[in-house]
Amino acid sequence: MEALLAFTRPPLDWHALAPELTLLAVGTILTLVDIIWDEKSKQVMPTLAGVGLLAGLVPILTLALDGTDRAMFGGAYMVDDFALVMKALFLIVGYIIVLMSVDYIRDGDYYENEYYTLMLTSLLGMLMMASSRDLISVFVALELLSIPAYMMAAWRKGGRRSNEAGLKYYLMGVFASAIMLYGMSLIYGLTGSTSFSSIASAMALNDGVTAMSILGVLFVLIGFAFKVSAVPFHNWAPDTYEGAPTPVTAFLAVASKAAGMVALIQLVFVAFDNHEVIQPFFWLIAALTMTVGNLIALRQTNIVRLLAYSGIAQGGFMLVPFAVAGQASERALQAIVIYLIIYAFMNLGAFSVVLAVSRKTRSGELESFGGLFQYAPGLAVAMTIFLAALAGIPPAGGWFAKFGLFRALLDAGGAWAATLGVVVAINTVIAFAYYARVLGQMWFQPIHEGDERPIKLTSALGSALVIALVATMAFGILPGLVGHFGEVAVLSTLGR
Amino acid sequence: MEATGFDAWVLTLAVFLPLVGALIMMVVPKAYELEVKLIALGSSLAALAVGIYILFQFDYGSASELQFVVDKGWIDIINSRYIIGLDGLSLPLLLLSLLVVPLCLVYSWNHVPSPGNTKAFFVLLLILSTGMNGSFISQDMILFFVFFEIVLLPMYFLIGVWGGEERRYASLKFFLYTLFGSALMIISFLALFFLSKDAAGNPLQTFDMRLLTDAAGSGIVKTTQVWIFAGLFIGFGIKVPMFPFHTWLPDAHTQAPTVGSVILAAVLLKLGTYGFIRIAIPFLPEAAVAWAPWIGLLAVIGIIYGALGCLAQKDMKRLIAFSSVAHMGFVMLGIATLTDFGLNAAVFGMVAHGLITGMLFFVAGSIKERYHTLEISRLGGLLKSAPHMGWILGFATMASLGLPGLAGFWGEFPAILSAYNPGAGLSEELFRTYMVIAAIGTVLAAGYLLWLYQRTAFGEPTEEFADHEIPDVSRNEWIAWVPFLIGIVLFGVWPNLIFNLTDGVVSSITANVEAVVAGR
Repeated sequence: MEALLAFTRPPLDWHALAPELTLLAVGTILTLVDIIWDEKSKQVMPTLAGVGLLAGLVPILTLALDGTDRAMFGGAYMVDDFALVMKALFLIVGYIIVLMSVDYIRDGDYYENEYYTLMLTSLLGMLMMASSRDLISVFVALELLSIPAYMMAAWRKGGRRSNEAGLKYYLMGVFASAIMLYGMSLIYGLTGSTSFSSIASAMALNDGVTAMSILGVLFVLIGFAFKVSAVPFHNWAPDTYEGAPTPVTAFLAVASKAAGMVALIQLVFVAFDNHEVIQPFFWLIAALTMTVGNLIALRQTNIVRLLAYSGIAQGGFMLVPFAVAGQASERALQAIVIYLIIYAFMNLGAFSVVLAVSRKTRSGELESFGGLFQYAPGLAVAMTIFLAALAGIPPAGGWFAKFGLFRALLDAGGAWAATLGVVVAINTVIAFAYYARVLGQMWFQPIHEGDERPIKLTSALGSALVIALVATMAFGILPGLVGHFGEVAVLSTLGR
Repeated sequence: MEATGFDAWVLTLAVFLPLVGALIMMVVPKAYELEVKLIALGSSLAALAVGIYILFQFDYGSASELQFVVDKGWIDIINSRYIIGLDGLSLPLLLLSLLVVPLCLVYSWNHVPSPGNTKAFFVLLLILSTGMNGSFISQDMILFFVFFEIVLLPMYFLIGVWGGEERRYASLKFFLYTLFGSALMIISFLALFFLSKDAAGNPLQTFDMRLLTDAAGSGIVKTTQVWIFAGLFIGFGIKVPMFPFHTWLPDAHTQAPTVGSVILAAVLLKLGTYGFIRIAIPFLPEAAVAWAPWIGLLAVIGIIYGALGCLAQKDMKRLIAFSSVAHMGFVMLGIATLTDFGLNAAVFGMVAHGLITGMLFFVAGSIKERYHTLEISRLGGLLKSAPHMGWILGFATMASLGLPGLAGFWGEFPAILSAYNPGAGLSEELFRTYMVIAAIGTVLAAGYLLWLYQRTAFGEPTEEFADHEIPDVSRNEWIAWVPFLIGIVLFGVWPNLIFNLTDGVVSSITANVEAVVAGR
């Protein structure tokens, strides 16, 4: 008892925590506003949430201008350039998703206040993830970001599919957490520490390759493989994506996946040094994820499911650089960060178009895109650009992301890396085959059910679309923009 | 040497003016159709005017050197720059590309194929134009890659929206083939980036094509060179298309709308052969020597296979498409010899094939429009029903089979001749065998082309169309076609117009190859 009471608060760097605290404050305000004004507050909820997210960018900017790395809690929580870049990404993605959600949530007569509060909470978890450099803080961040997402997936509580989505996501998520925790306990037992830097040095001392440490490392990685829906741990994703409300699907496919990737980046590039185990693991997982995701996507007839499998495959592309994490760490890390940033915008753009079209057609089937070019040429062109970006065709942004993969692989060199490069190349081609089915519907087919009414784009959704479009094209034509952030992020993570 | 003043802008203008036109068109409502069309034509003509300015400003004395060079930062983190420039090799191809687009616009002025939508059709043609022009002047591999790829989507939509019955299949096939090729190509580009070394043995880490040409693959062991070349070979070979990768071409050509076929034949296929001459051979001369016999083999197979394919076709457009496979075979044979003579012939062949086959596709399109079929057995008597068009078709077939005095001859004949004495220590026996096979190919070419002409133009119109009024060449068709016809005659009687331009570039490439082979 004595020892417990003697607890002293570790020193807190309020500036470094400002983005997280902003989110926390906005979330609280949302709840308070809801309680006080009840029904009347619904109109302002999305605005408040959106403004709150943008407000979070301000401290990030000041921290970036300040430029010093800030460590807290004995290095368990780091605010460095990498963390700042990722946090900014999460906030911007969150903002776009709020824009995408406004009308969907309002039209569906779902709870509005709770929705935005939960989303802010989940984003708070993601912000924390970007700074976590310790097994425990990683785990806390993971749960904080996941638990609200489970509920959001089941938001259409009247629909069976949405319930299925939430339940599946929850069960698989918990299962993954259990495996991960087991792995973490093994690692802690071996190294005697939970902090990434101590784990790295302890593993280096013991050469890192004992059966037990391999098991621990693999379990932790597998836990996150669930999170980023890597094959063979992807089964939950398509059902969840299809069943969840579409803005939530976008949230899971972009923000949640990015958070998983951020965790993997920190584990692989900071904590685990035994690349002779990690590299083959990721080689296999990446090749499988790309190929299986793409092949199954070929057969989809529902647009959201198609984007779900495309998202799985895109995740596979992002895992590729991990396979050369040891040989070309700098370029590999850069490739992942760049991929994450570009992927966020192009995928959100594609989901925005899906939302806009399905508002009119009330259908998620691929056929509902029939003849889109004839009655909504602007949307069709926008979707074409997003799909071209996802397929990696210049000048839309995605090409530079794919280029980064190839660059990391060839920088590492060797037959294995080159083989993976060829696998990526083949998968690029397969991927286009199903993106082309959407293109074909929009451009080549007659109008779906002859319904030529134009699509009314609400201002919120329209803004989401424009932001995504501008970013996607800008990244494609002047890749230096995104490349700069990639470079900044790399230097700080690798401690240079 | 970098260009200054207005000269620093000309190439950029030539590339991006059409794109600017396309962007302006996008914001003009569809209802203003005439305005939209005028913007399209205006911007492509402005680009052509810049091209003509280049023609006059070009220093022909040093055609082997890059002129109008611009070298500006672009993507610093990967060390890729906005480097553009033009030499004697790029000039004819750039002009061809600049010329073809406005003519295609004029040709489709009043009859955009079903389902209509002139605005979208013209916008896509202009975007296509930017991609093509840019590819020919890029001197940075990544920039080249981006332009090379920009071409894909517009062509995909041109075929897929405005094409024939099987358009979806054809457009997808076209796209997937090329995409696969370019994915392997970018891997090879990156391998070159990381492995190339300068004379002192320091890694170059550059995408600058001028530096990589100077490095000529030094520092890369031969086996690796051969693998890198394989990636480039597939990337460019699909585009050409070379024999085993050619299957997308007949489908794409047959299904594409007329101007799509024309642009495909006149310019897009040249991107592949241009890539061989500009990138694959100078960057990796050793591998080029190792690959040359195989390229030659595939080239002659293409010649014979294309010719036999032609003889079997029932559809006129498909026949012309197969003849493209054969003609590009001659171009590739010229390239495979790695001699001055052969490479010059290849570049000439590229331009000549562009003009002649482009012309043939124009005529085929016009026939289709009048008869609503291209089935050879249902046609006939074109000379009677539309004499001008009949004569033009005859003229183009004569040019295509390589009649001396017309442009086709100077692409084909020197290519065959060059195989008699291949360069860089290549086996003479082998290439002389190729030469004989290629020569047989010309006989077959004469066969299928004359047979085509005989069946479509001679005799009386078939019963089916005997009572139909077949209008002769229209005003817009004349405007679109006359430049092609003039080009075919002009280059036929005065081949040095092109040979003088290309010879300098080409001989420095072959000299490099010889030097590398002799040095190791």
